[in-house]
Amino acid sequence: MISIKNLHAKIEDKEILRGINLEVKAGEVHAIMGPNGSGKSTLASVLAGRDGYEITEGSVIFKGKNLLELEAEERAREGVFLAFQYPVEIPGVSTTNFLKTALNQIRVYRGEKPLDAVTFLKLMKEKMKIVEIDQALLSRSLNEGFSGGEKKRNEIFQMAMLAPTLAILDETDSGLDIDALRIVSHGVNTLRSADNAIVVVTHYQRLLEYIVPDFVHVLLNGQIVKTGDKTLALELEKKGYDWIKAAHGALEAQ
Amino acid sequence: MSKDDQILEEFTSKEYEHGWSVDFEADEAPFGINEEIVRFISNKKKEPDWMLQWRLKAFRLWETLEEPKWSNVHYPKINYQGIKYYSAPKKGGNIKSLDELDPEMAKTFERLGISLNEQKKLNGIAVDAVIDSVSVATTFKETLSELGVIFCSFSEAVIEHPELIKKYLGSVVPAADNYFSALNSAVFSDGSFCYIPKGVRCPMELSTYFRINAANTGQFERTLIVAEDDSYVSYLEGCTAPMRDENQLHAAVVEIYAAKNAEVKYSTVQNWYPGNKEGLGGIYNFVTKRGICAGDHAKISWTQVETGSAVTWKYPSCILKGDYSVGEFYSVAVTNNYQQADTGTKMIHLGKNTRSRIVSKGISAGKSQNSYRGHVSIAKRAVNSRNFSQCDSLLMGDQCGAHTFPYIDVENSTSQIEHEATTSKIGEDQIFYCKQRGLDEESSIALIVNGFAKEVMNNLPMEFAVEAQKLLALTLEGSVG
Repeated sequence: MISIKNLHAKIEDKEILRGINLEVKAGEVHAIMGPNGSGKSTLASVLAGRDGYEITEGSVIFKGKNLLELEAEERAREGVFLAFQYPVEIPGVSTTNFLKTALNQIRVYRGEKPLDAVTFLKLMKEKMKIVEIDQALLSRSLNEGFSGGEKKRNEIFQMAMLAPTLAILDETDSGLDIDALRIVSHGVNTLRSADNAIVVVTHYQRLLEYIVPDFVHVLLNGQIVKTGDKTLALELEKKGYDWIKAAHGALEAQ
Repeated sequence: MSKDDQILEEFTSKEYEHGWSVDFEADEAPFGINEEIVRFISNKKKEPDWMLQWRLKAFRLWETLEEPKWSNVHYPKINYQGIKYYSAPKKGGNIKSLDELDPEMAKTFERLGISLNEQKKLNGIAVDAVIDSVSVATTFKETLSELGVIFCSFSEAVIEHPELIKKYLGSVVPAADNYFSALNSAVFSDGSFCYIPKGVRCPMELSTYFRINAANTGQFERTLIVAEDDSYVSYLEGCTAPMRDENQLHAAVVEIYAAKNAEVKYSTVQNWYPGNKEGLGGIYNFVTKRGICAGDHAKISWTQVETGSAVTWKYPSCILKGDYSVGEFYSVAVTNNYQQADTGTKMIHLGKNTRSRIVSKGISAGKSQNSYRGHVSIAKRAVNSRNFSQCDSLLMGDQCGAHTFPYIDVENSTSQIEHEATTSKIGEDQIFYCKQRGLDEESSIALIVNGFAKEVMNNLPMEFAVEAQKLLALTLEGSVG
């Protein structure tokens, strides 16, 4: 589904991604872990098309298209979804209105008819159950005054509504208590299918107990230095990142 | 140039869509202003002598006044002798029925999205259409007159309803009020008059559509709305002008009189030509709008969406004379490129238990300057009065300015005043968030800006709201930083 080859990216002359290689196939869940400053969020931002990053080398092919050539909204319409680490507040715009505008622009892009209000609301009601989100919350200004948990649930609700082929969850577990974490994870698991793929960016192994990954990658200094299965996450939880840093340092020194 | 600057660039380079003009054969006054011109205008309108004398008095007063300089706008000195004070399309005016309307003129309004054909008007709005100095058509006059509602051009009202005009003209905005009201009183050429008799709820929206067409002319219209006891009317005003390199002056006066228990809702979508990207041309919009809640429990509500004009200077105000009367002001003012706006309101509380509410949303983009100026005054006898003001500014890019000048005078200790103000910027983050969900740049900005202005937009009548939303988006597309 997505093939990332030797991806280099910098921000204001500082190289953050230094040769990322990653293949994600439909039906797979990949976890990307790593210490602070290793480039996890940058990778998520670069894939989603946020401004301010310069791609100096490498390629990203998504469903046969050169992702890096597409505008952020085109990537979204092609099926890339980013669940934000810090969802943005938009005063005066309800989640309902926001999503209706978004979904219909995506539909038009794909040559489908925009949904009328009734069909849209029906779809919304159905998807609301997935993350146990309240109608009242969706009528309020988007993310304004939402608690941390409400914001993240709202992100996964949006994911459910837009049904992306590739969802990137950027530290969706940060700021969540156990109950919220359970609800959010349940939502994500419900949305998992053979046709889509999920990339989970996280610091902690905890989330991966709920959303069980097929692969775990360790990102260090802008490179994926180790890949394993879900047991790698447990190992990291136990031993921290230092042993990988040491091993990687030794490797680089060779 | 960063991406956001590019958006800003695209946004600010949107063309004004009503910038065309039509060649009507016009009947014009020569350039300049003097007593002869005042007489010329009065004569053109076949006015009675009392009207002429009223004008001349205003003119003599104007000559003694100085153009005010206190507002936060800057423009080259206006040459008042370089303006034509009267221009009327030859075929327009004084038509007996809409069938007599010059088809060219009907087409002009069709092009602006205003239908003067009553059969086609299914949405229940009566329109008075004004081109340059004269009213060319008024629709639904008969339907309205069955209820005793008078809705006609100002010129017609002077002839047909002199007793009402004599009683109310200048009663809320006297000629001596300010420099531009004096000028308007001397040379006003047309406008709308509307009278709602006691106990009548006007069943349709009344609206005046102003169009400046001729070059080198000023437009000086006058609107007078009188709502008797227990009546209700909702009134809309729209305006556009062709693109011209020279600046044109628009100095209007609007007066509202609301008697006991009467309610008047006045909505404006102001879209005069704002000048080009370099700040060349555009309308100087110097307008005096004021309403008086003369009776107890009267209510006047101003809603304005200001997107046009090179320079805007206006403060739709309420004098709350009746006890328990209510004044409201809802405003969205958008400035882009080199536009300047100094707008706000005055709430003058004179009666007991009076209430006022001010919600002002300023949006600045490009190199524009946007000021809110408000005055809340609560007199000694206006006990238990309340005011709430909220002034929010949204900035786009880093070359524009937003300013707030709130003045508050309270002379008793039982009244309450609240003032809230915020300034924010449309963030890159907000835009990216929208784009990541599949919205293109233009829709993202439109969504964010309309969200910001929502509280005001919600006060517009339905027919206007959609139009105003589009206009906001159009004026602002791309201004992010």
